[in-house]
Amino acid sequence: MRFDVTQDRSRIDLVHARIAEHVASMGIAESGAFGIRLAIEEALANALKHGSPKGQPVHVDVDASDDVLTIAVEDHGPGFDPASVPDPTTPENLSKPCGRGLLLIRTYMSEVRFNDTGNRIEMVYRPPADRG
Amino acid sequence: MGANESRLRVTHQEGVTKVEFVDRNILDEANIQSIGEEISGIVDRNPGCKIIISFHNVDHLSSAALGTLITINNKVRNQNGQLRLAEIDPQIYEVFMITKLNKLFEIHDTSDQALSSFN
Repeated sequence: MRFDVTQDRSRIDLVHARIAEHVASMGIAESGAFGIRLAIEEALANALKHGSPKGQPVHVDVDASDDVLTIAVEDHGPGFDPASVPDPTTPENLSKPCGRGLLLIRTYMSEVRFNDTGNRIEMVYRPPADRG
Repeated sequence: MGANESRLRVTHQEGVTKVEFVDRNILDEANIQSIGEEISGIVDRNPGCKIIISFHNVDHLSSAALGTLITINNKVRNQNGQLRLAEIDPQIYEVFMITKLNKLFEIHDTSDQALSSFN
């Protein structure tokens, strides 16, 4: 399932709604759903801010199979090196207003991958075995 | 919704300004910018203000919203004011812990506790 997303909030909300259907059907707990929604929001915000300089749509691919939810967000920007993103939790960075999105994505998702260019992020969520 | 319609509810009690959010989700970039400008305006008009931002109505917020809160916190501190956060949903509080912003902000369980915490 693929979506093209712009700054149009209604379109972003539609993506959230469709993914929420998968989340519900997979029996993912509320805490997991909260984190997935936040991760999507952060990935889209990064892509729309840095990877859509001319307002081009950002692509969102969603796959739910074998009890694994995979969401990919790809933009038209030059990409970035995720290893170069500073730790926003260090004392010198704590009061800076930006740079927390990737930390939140990595925290809430089971696995996070980037393509070589750094303009496509794949976020994988595997529900905990106990489903608590 | 009109373009200039406030997304905040602002009340005053015992010399303290309390700000609450109209929206349950603080995610939209334009909305976040508008909220930040409105709260910054309150701070600018009341140097040295005591302000509580309550999240009792909020279900989701993004790192962009956190960034706006940090900017507001910096502004309040620069003007010798005091900022408290209160009534944060446990899932959102976890976001503050992950980002360690629970160390940057003074956070209280209730607005009453925040109110009584001011010097």
